[in-house]
Amino acid sequence: MTAEFSSGPRGARLEVRPGGGPISISGRLDGAGVGEVWDEAVAAVDGCAGSPVELDVSAVDYCDGAGAAFLVALEERARRRGGSLAIAGLRDEFAAILGMVAPGEDAAAAPSGASRRNPVALLGAAVLDLVASLRETVAYVGELTVALAGVAMRPSQLRFKDVMLVSERAGIGAIPIVALIGFLLGLILSFQSAIPMQRFGAEVFVADLLGISLLRELGPLMAAIMLTARSGSAFAAEIGTMKVNEEVDALTTMGLDPMRFLILPRVVAAVIVVPVLAMITNVAGLAGGALMFSSLGFPFVTYVTRVVEAASLTDFLGGIFKAFVFGIIVAAVGCQRGLGTGKGAGAVGLSTTSSVVTGITLIAVVDGVFAVAFYVMGI
Amino acid sequence: MAAPANDEPIISVENLTARFGSNLIFDQISFQVMRGEVFVILGGSGSGKSTMLKHMIGLYEPAGGRILIEEDDITAARGAERRAIMQRFGVMYQMGALFGSMTLIENVRLPLEEFSDLPRDAMDAIAASKLRMVGLEGFEGYMPADISGGMAKRAAIARAMALDPEILFLDEPSAGLDPITSAELDQTILRLSRTLGVTFVVVTHELPSIYAIADRVIMLDKETKKIIASGPPAELRDTATHPWVRKFFHREVGDDTDEVRA
Repeated sequence: MTAEFSSGPRGARLEVRPGGGPISISGRLDGAGVGEVWDEAVAAVDGCAGSPVELDVSAVDYCDGAGAAFLVALEERARRRGGSLAIAGLRDEFAAILGMVAPGEDAAAAPSGASRRNPVALLGAAVLDLVASLRETVAYVGELTVALAGVAMRPSQLRFKDVMLVSERAGIGAIPIVALIGFLLGLILSFQSAIPMQRFGAEVFVADLLGISLLRELGPLMAAIMLTARSGSAFAAEIGTMKVNEEVDALTTMGLDPMRFLILPRVVAAVIVVPVLAMITNVAGLAGGALMFSSLGFPFVTYVTRVVEAASLTDFLGGIFKAFVFGIIVAAVGCQRGLGTGKGAGAVGLSTTSSVVTGITLIAVVDGVFAVAFYVMGI
Repeated sequence: MAAPANDEPIISVENLTARFGSNLIFDQISFQVMRGEVFVILGGSGSGKSTMLKHMIGLYEPAGGRILIEEDDITAARGAERRAIMQRFGVMYQMGALFGSMTLIENVRLPLEEFSDLPRDAMDAIAASKLRMVGLEGFEGYMPADISGGMAKRAAIARAMALDPEILFLDEPSAGLDPITSAELDQTILRLSRTLGVTFVVVTHELPSIYAIADRVIMLDKETKKIIASGPPAELRDTATHPWVRKFFHREVGDDTDEVRA
C-alpha cells in the first residue's frame, strides 16, 4: 500500500512504504505543505499504533514554524498511542526550529477556567454571585441616597458644570426625538381609539382618553424609556470606558469620590431632565391628538375643553413625580453598570446592554408599583 | 551581533514623505531593511517612529514615495493584492491588541482559520506550537485580561507569527515592561530571528534592548524630518558626531535644551 500525495511543485509529499518501513516526507513543509500531508500522516501514524515508526524527512528542503509544529504533533500523537516516532534525516537548521516548539517538561499550571465543576458547585457559585451582586446593589443604593441627601443639605458640593453639561447632552439633545415620538404617539393613539369609538358615537371622548393616558402614563414612560436608550446607555459606556482605562481608579486614589464626581452630576441632571422631557412628550402628544381630533370635524376649542375637563392637575403632577423617580432610576442604573464594568472592550458592551435592559425593566416594574399605589391612594 | 543578515533587501522605503494636514512628519526618507536582520527605528517622542511603522505595514497612505516589500509596492497595491502582501508580515502592536473575547490560543488560531485550509487539529497544533515558541506553554486557555503585560506582548508575537510571516513588525516591545521581562522578550526576538530567519523591524527607545537585539538602527529626527544616523548601534555609540545621537547613546542630559529635541 503505497500512498502518494502531492499537489503543485511547491507542496509536500508523503510516502508510506509497505511492511512497516519508514514513512517519508519530502518537499516544502510550510503552512500549505502541512495542510496537504496532515491527514495522510496522521492516518499513517495511527496505522502503526503502538509500534515504533521511523519518519524520514531527509528530503524536506524547507521547514518553517508550521512544519515544525506538524512534526512535533506527529511525535506526540505516536507517543499517546503507546508507540514512538523517530524523526530521521532532519537538517540542523530545521532541528533548531523543532527545539523551539517542542513541549517543555514544566508546563505551567492549567488555566483556571478549564477546571470542570459539578452542577451543584456551579449552582452554588451562581447563588453566591447573585447574593454578592444584590449586596453590591444595596450598598450602591445606600451610598447614592447618602450622597443625594448630602447634596440636598450642601448644594455647593455638587459639580454644577458637569450637571449642566450632562443636562444639555441628555436633555436638550433629546428634545427632537422625544417630541417626534410624543406627536406620533398622540396621533396614532387617537386614531386607533377613534375608529371603534365612532361606532358608539363616542369619538368626542378621544380627547379624554388621550389627555388622561398621556399625562398619567405615557408621557413620563416614553420620556424615561427614551432617556434610558439615549443616555443611560451612554452613562454606562462612558463610565465603563473610564473604568477600563483605570480613570476611575485614578479618581479614587486622588481622593476624589467617583460617586461625587461621576454619578451625582448624572443623577441630578437626569432628575431635572426627565420631568421636562415628559412634559414635552405630553404637549407633543396632545398636539398629535388635536390634529386627529380636528380631522374628525370637531372644533379645536372642544378638544381643549375636553382635555382640561378630563385630566386633572393631580394626573399631571402624578405623572411628573413618576418621571422624577424614573430619572433617578435611569441614571443610577446606567452609572452602576458602568462602574461594574470588567476588563476589555467586550465588557463595556455588556454593561451598556445591561444598563438598557435593567433600566427599562425597572421602569416597567416601578410604573406598576405606582399604578397600584395611586389606586390605593385614590389619585 | 552575529548578524544572520545578508545583502538582499526585503523592505525598501523610497523617498517616503508623510504629512498630517499641513504638518510634515518626515521628508523624502529612504532606507532598506535586509532579509533576516533585526532593524530598529529610533527617534525621540514625536519624531514619527510609529508613523513610519504604520506606513510600512500599509495602515497609512504616504504623501509621497513608496514602500516595497521585495518587489511588491504596498503603497500602490489594492484589494486582494494588498491583502496578499499583508500576509507576508505580522505586527505586534504596542499594547498587544489581543482580542479580549478570545483565549490566547483562539487569538493565535484566528489568522490560521481565516487564511489557511488546514484541518482543525493541525490549526490547534500550530497555534499551540507558536505559544510554546514564545514561552507561553500552559496558558493556552487563559483570557487576555488574566495575563500580565509581558505575557500579552509575547502572545501578540505568537499571533503575529501564526502564518509564519517573513517579516515581524514590533511597536515598542519593551514599553511598560520591567528590565527582566524586557530582556526575556529580547531573547525571544533573537531566538525567532536566528532560528527562523524572520526579519524584524522594531520601534523602540530602550537602550539595553537596542544593544541586545539590533543589527542596524536608523534614527529619525523631529527637526529636519530626516534620518540623522544609521548603522550598528555600537558603531553609532562610538563614532556618531550628531549631538542628539551622541546624547541618546550616552544617556546624557544636555544643558542646552535646543539640542535635546526629545
